[in-house]
Amino acid sequence: MSFPLLTATAALPAVGAIATAAVPAARKRVAKWVALLFSVATLALAVAVLVRFDPDGERYQLTESHSWIRDFGVRYELGVDGIAAVLIALTALLLPFIIGAAWHDADDLEPTRPNRRWRPTQGFFAMMLAVEAMVVMSFAATDVFLFYVFFEAMLIPMYFLIGGFGDRAHAAGEEEAGKQRSYAAVKFLLYNLAGGLIMLAAVIGLFVVTSDQLGEGTYSLQQIVQARADGDFQLGTNTERLLFLGFFFAFAVKAPLWPLHTWLPNAMGESTAPVAVLITAVVDKVGTFAMLRFCLGLFPEASAWATPVVIVLALVSILYGALLAVGQRDMKRLIAYASISHFGFIVLGIFAMTSQGQSGATLYMVFHGVSTAALMLVAGFLISRRGSRLIADYGGVQKVAPVLAGTFLVGGLATLSLPGLAPFISEFLVLVGTFSRYPVAGIVATAGIILAALYVLLMYQRTMTGPVEKSVVREMPDLRPRELAVVAPLIALLIFFGVFPQSLTGIVNPAVEHTMSDVQKKDPKPDHPVADKGWFDYKPVDGHAGGDHK
Amino acid sequence: MSAVATAGTVPSLWTLAAEPLEAPKIEYGQLSPVIIVLGVAVLGILLEAFLPRRVRYGAQLVVTALGLVSAFAAVLGLAVTGHATTKRAVVGMGALAVDGPTLFLQGTILLVGLVSVFVFAERRLEPKSQTAHVDSFAAQPAAVPGGEGEREANAAGWTTTEVYPLLLFAVGGMLLFPAANDLLTLFIALEVFSLPLYLLCALARRRRLLSQESAVKYFLLGAFSSAFLLFGAALIYGYAGTFAYSGIARVIGNADRQTTAVLAETAGSDALLLIGGALVVMGLLFKVGAVPFHMWTPDVYQGAPTPVTGFMAAATKVAAFGALLRLLYVALEGLRWDWRPVMWGVAIVTMIAGAVIAITQTDVKRLLAYSSIAHAGFLLAGVIATEGRGVSSVLFYLGAYSFVTLGAFAVITLVRDAGGEATHLSKWAGLGRRSPLLATAFSVFLLAFAGIPATSGFIGKFAVFAAAAEGGATPLVVVGVIASAIAAFFYIRVMVLMFFSEPKADGPTVAVPSVWTTSAIAIGVVVTLVLGVFPQYFLDLASQAGVFVR
Repeated sequence: MSFPLLTATAALPAVGAIATAAVPAARKRVAKWVALLFSVATLALAVAVLVRFDPDGERYQLTESHSWIRDFGVRYELGVDGIAAVLIALTALLLPFIIGAAWHDADDLEPTRPNRRWRPTQGFFAMMLAVEAMVVMSFAATDVFLFYVFFEAMLIPMYFLIGGFGDRAHAAGEEEAGKQRSYAAVKFLLYNLAGGLIMLAAVIGLFVVTSDQLGEGTYSLQQIVQARADGDFQLGTNTERLLFLGFFFAFAVKAPLWPLHTWLPNAMGESTAPVAVLITAVVDKVGTFAMLRFCLGLFPEASAWATPVVIVLALVSILYGALLAVGQRDMKRLIAYASISHFGFIVLGIFAMTSQGQSGATLYMVFHGVSTAALMLVAGFLISRRGSRLIADYGGVQKVAPVLAGTFLVGGLATLSLPGLAPFISEFLVLVGTFSRYPVAGIVATAGIILAALYVLLMYQRTMTGPVEKSVVREMPDLRPRELAVVAPLIALLIFFGVFPQSLTGIVNPAVEHTMSDVQKKDPKPDHPVADKGWFDYKPVDGHAGGDHK
Repeated sequence: MSAVATAGTVPSLWTLAAEPLEAPKIEYGQLSPVIIVLGVAVLGILLEAFLPRRVRYGAQLVVTALGLVSAFAAVLGLAVTGHATTKRAVVGMGALAVDGPTLFLQGTILLVGLVSVFVFAERRLEPKSQTAHVDSFAAQPAAVPGGEGEREANAAGWTTTEVYPLLLFAVGGMLLFPAANDLLTLFIALEVFSLPLYLLCALARRRRLLSQESAVKYFLLGAFSSAFLLFGAALIYGYAGTFAYSGIARVIGNADRQTTAVLAETAGSDALLLIGGALVVMGLLFKVGAVPFHMWTPDVYQGAPTPVTGFMAAATKVAAFGALLRLLYVALEGLRWDWRPVMWGVAIVTMIAGAVIAITQTDVKRLLAYSSIAHAGFLLAGVIATEGRGVSSVLFYLGAYSFVTLGAFAVITLVRDAGGEATHLSKWAGLGRRSPLLATAFSVFLLAFAGIPATSGFIGKFAVFAAAAEGGATPLVVVGVIASAIAAFFYIRVMVLMFFSEPKADGPTVAVPSVWTTSAIAIGVVVTLVLGVFPQYFLDLASQAGVFVR
């Protein structure tokens, strides 16, 4: 048996979480380094996954399969396709930066008197690693039940991360901040739990249907897809639609899609910036990923049936999120609404049912993760200097802290998809993919780009430019080495992928083609076929896009 | 004698007595668990009578624990030698059935009893009396609360060691209850375990009036329900001419109808059967705590000494569901189409009412009482499913639920202020800061109640709902999922209080328990997690045990 690389990638942060939590109370610095070390080691394993993954090989690779709960037909089945491999890499990539950025976030909670039992720092970093482990498992699981277990279980550490740790200073006072924080945490949990429980009904339904038709209940994605291809497994139209809705509801809450999005601004606004990044750049990706893997993979016909509605919801998310972002006075909530808009793009790309759209959506997940991380973490550094999240409390920062302002600008420009930075590629692909099938939707979505420019640039203008009026701003220190070390690599990545997106499209495209064949969709024929290829090499439908992975 | 003279001509109930008696055949081996427990209980009473007060505690503890352990060993022995599967049999002149469900539930009840003894034995929590450590039971239960006698007894440091034999009698009755194979044995077993419980409820050391009130309430309502059950049994006798389950099933199935002349007019009357069946089921639903027979639950849970509440909440539910399953599946199987819709209604109302009313509770014990009602609803969903998967899912759920409940109530005994246990929820604010370990343990139990993956509650809920869905009760599953989402809210509220609220200055302290309570809580946590992560072995056990002897 080969080395269980995926299990190791998921288990390492889990071990790290335990190790971090076990560090004695007085040694909080040790705890931080242990956490960082484990997250970096996990990144190494994730890179190994990416290296060992052969884009032209089997659909699911590095597979592992063991019996787990026989009575429910549940197996411990792991496997990655290109999409999952890339997202695992994203998760593992972001964690060291998140931990680095959060270095001092739990310090305030340290008790003044030594207390053997209360160890906030250890708990904070341990829970981050626990979330990472569960997210990696959800990306790697090819058993629906196994996925569900981690999809649900990750809510608990997230809940404590949101509710237990907030920004240092809060305009409304410590008590009010605590109330808002626990409100945000409870709202997060209730929304996601409700979604998850509805999904549970659908998961049970899937078990009943498979045991009815295949003789034995199974949750194995590969087995179900195979059985459907062989004609052994057929869902009735209504059953399929109901099951699809059960799954989609949970993923739409997680993603989040309008109108189930309202927990995100609260959660991101009240938690610390690194935790907000963890939510939007890592955890929420599970929702959109699961739409691609499970909704489309298990219920292709129902997905096609729901497409018009989903596309409308995605468009509403894009525009509504962007409009509300323009109107925000609070930086973190602004980024949260911007994320809602971006998740609208991802869902749009997935349900456009074109290969450009879906590769675009996958790349979007990765690039949105990196760009939001950059923007949010810099915003967090800014907030930690002034103790306020309100845009109006700043002004002229670029004169006193030019590096901070510069990184903030790059993060912002990435968010508004400036050509040359990575998110441009994915947004472009999503729009092209949407346009080729649904021209009107493509046009409407484009309006989101304009609004993105508006909210990003307005925020930059109000916080960074203008005269330095506020005394606090005047004494504001520039980015410290630790902070720069967190942000600089992220920005480098944004630029790198802006110029060389092929390195990812080569891995992602075969997986997208498999998904397309699951839903039995072909790319629409272009009206005006293009004769030669541009610098951005992209081959739709059949054949793999060339890349530098060979 | 005139009675003998008329016996030949007019058959009556009295004539049965005149027939020659056969010596009853008792299968001592198969009944050994019950015999051991009841025998040790009698021994406990003798110890109480003859041992000096100071050595009673130790002696009772050893005898009780040994009795429960050896009874459990007997159950294991029976199970290993195949009495759960191939050699299942009706024993004791048809009064008792020893089969899979019986042995599984007897094992569960014995373990629950054993862990309860640990919680009963705790003597570190109450302030030490002049001469001795005391437990949470009244020093002199017969003394008037607040009177001279009570003061003297307290000053003398007396303790009521009779609780151990009482517990054993209750356990003995509970062992008989799921095994009862005729209606009279059912009634007797019910009384055997109920009477000690009524007494135990009245024995609280603190808040004695509340405790006695709860006992009176429990007794009165319990007496009513017993009367219903007895009346129902009489009516069914009128219908079937027999108390034995197998006989009733035969008559319902129209296989053979042997009636005496006395019963000639009533025998076979469906009205008797339906009313009688409804009354018997009502009596059992009362013990289970299903709506609308749930009214006693919150008051009794709140008033009873917490160790007793934990024991009662866990073990009564196990025993009563066992009895209900046997009654419905063995005796009233032929009435399936009559009781199914009724149980549907009861299950739905129970799930919803339990979950909704719990939201408004401010006392942690009442909260868990309503939560237990909601769980009774979930269990009923499994009862409605088919034999085999339905029964085994209920068995698993009962095993999982009872340990979660025991652990949760054991935690409650530790959170105390000057007035004894601090059960008001507002006093639990900030508990997570003061004693993170205890709060974490309680959170594990809450998460298990809420059915979060990786806990036993999730697997149990999944098993029950999957069985219900397979049995065609999809609407029940949907209601159950919605009720779970509602229930999640108040479990989470307690977690918010513990972890995110500021500790109050005059808040309760967490008493440092002895090894007894600690091990009870530890067992609860371990069982909860093991059943949540590696449930297969126990699911196998439950599914092997899922078939009744007829």
